[in-house]
Amino acid sequence: MKTVLMQISLKIGLVKMYLNSIFTNPERLERLTNIAESSLLPLLKGAIFYTIPLTLISFALGLTLAILTALARLSGIKPLEIIARIYVSAIRGTPLLVQLFIIFYGLPTVGITIDPFPSAVIGFSLNVGAYASEIIRAAIQSIPKGQWEAGYSIGMNYQQALKRIILPQASRVSIPPLSNTFISLVKDTSLASMILVTEMFRKAQEIAATNYEFLLLYTQAALIYWVICFILSIVQGRIERRLDRYVSK
Amino acid sequence: MITIKGLTKKFDDLEVLKGIDLEVEKGKVVVVIGPSGSGKTTLLRCINILETPTSGSITISNSQLDFSKTVPKKRISAFRSLTGMVFQSYNLFPHKTALENVMEGPVIVKKESSANASRKAEQLLSKVGLGDKLHYYPFQLSGGQQQRVGIARALAMEPKVMLFDEPTSALDPELVGDVLKAMKDLASEGMTMVVVSHEMRFAREAADEVIFMDRGIIIERGAPEQIFSTPKEERTQQFLQMIQ
Ligand SMILES: Nc1ncnc2c1ncn2[C@@H]1O[C@H](COP(=O)(O)OP(=O)(O)O)[C@@H](O)[C@H]1O
Ligand SMILES: [Mg+2]
Repeated sequence: MKTVLMQISLKIGLVKMYLNSIFTNPERLERLTNIAESSLLPLLKGAIFYTIPLTLISFALGLTLAILTALARLSGIKPLEIIARIYVSAIRGTPLLVQLFIIFYGLPTVGITIDPFPSAVIGFSLNVGAYASEIIRAAIQSIPKGQWEAGYSIGMNYQQALKRIILPQASRVSIPPLSNTFISLVKDTSLASMILVTEMFRKAQEIAATNYEFLLLYTQAALIYWVICFILSIVQGRIERRLDRYVSK
Repeated sequence: MITIKGLTKKFDDLEVLKGIDLEVEKGKVVVVIGPSGSGKTTLLRCINILETPTSGSITISNSQLDFSKTVPKKRISAFRSLTGMVFQSYNLFPHKTALENVMEGPVIVKKESSANASRKAEQLLSKVGLGDKLHYYPFQLSGGQQQRVGIARALAMEPKVMLFDEPTSALDPELVGDVLKAMKDLASEGMTMVVVSHEMRFAREAADEVIFMDRGIIIERGAPEQIFSTPKEERTQQFLQMIQ
């Protein structure tokens, strides 16, 4: 117990020294400011050209896959249900990083070589597809049976009732959990750095490797992720309010 | 207009309809009464094919479905379009306004232009007394108003027969009148209607025939006055005593 406390106080001391070394030493402060300034643009480029497109493309593909998977699960057709179940179980039961490694480093062994960016898109889409399918399935099931029947009773077929009546209502229910998936995805794209995608976090690693300012660069990257996620949570709030217009308060 | 012959419906081992024979002539209003669980809702749902009957046949207008064979899906939707259904719990589309609820069928199913459908929907909503509520969402309407939107929505598909499943039983008493008035108007325009309802006054004023159902069979049928005042069967007498 005592030794643990001592270790902790020692570490706090080190942090103090680090901060002191910055603020009592104008040269050090200037070096850090310069590095922060010059690395901002490369980091933003990593975000704009890789992190954000990777997120958007993977989410769009993943969501499509998720809807199809949810419908397969609810189809009442046994083989489809089983395939959907196995897919969801396999993706949710294995680490995302391992999946990315299988796609990028593993598949070439059997002659399938895929570039870093498409590999990442495949990995993330499969992931979103599995997690979001459970959200969408629950949302569809939460819509009362009477809504399907009302659709059928005015002559709709399954597709029409699904598209016009059920999915619009299910989407309202699923926006909050899907937003969580989306925000997680933004952060998870940092794992693509491990399969050579030069997204924001990999840029930070590359820059830090040249000047050894790890704390500065990783903190800077973290702040940019935070800003992106913060903006997304504002957008989420707006969408929720828009979709809530037909519900009594 | 409607001819039902030997209609049965089983849920697993539970036989809910045990051979229903029923005929409704064009323009007539039939009111179905009976204890809870006697199969009234199931009968309407079978006519609308929301449930697939186990055996028997249903003929509406000139189309016949025979349930001793399997019926193809295409025929079911065509057959379903002959009837309009009004649900006990309204089942309006909550994400659509009153007008959009009524337009939905004509635009999506019948592929009418939305200008056309909108004009027609407006007329129908005015007819049921909701001309000033076109752009309200269901949650902004009272139960009685919602049910009248439900009636307009079914009418928009121009069915040959209207089916009502206890349309007023979920309503506060003061809201029942407007819904019944809309139904009476419809009856006087010559719509063929099958109405499950225990509203005696409606049955007396609008029904051509009252049918008493119990445990999946039709026990007794006749003119409203006859059924309500001088029922022949003991079970009918007991039931009427209970609800009066
Ligand atoms: N989908 C279903 N599955 C199993 N049993 C059902 C189903 N729908 C209705 N039933 C049963 O059928 C019987 C008749 O129900 P219903 O037609 O709703 O009667 P009513 O409308 O006259 O009250 C009840 O015993 C009910 O429990
Ligand atoms: Mg009922």
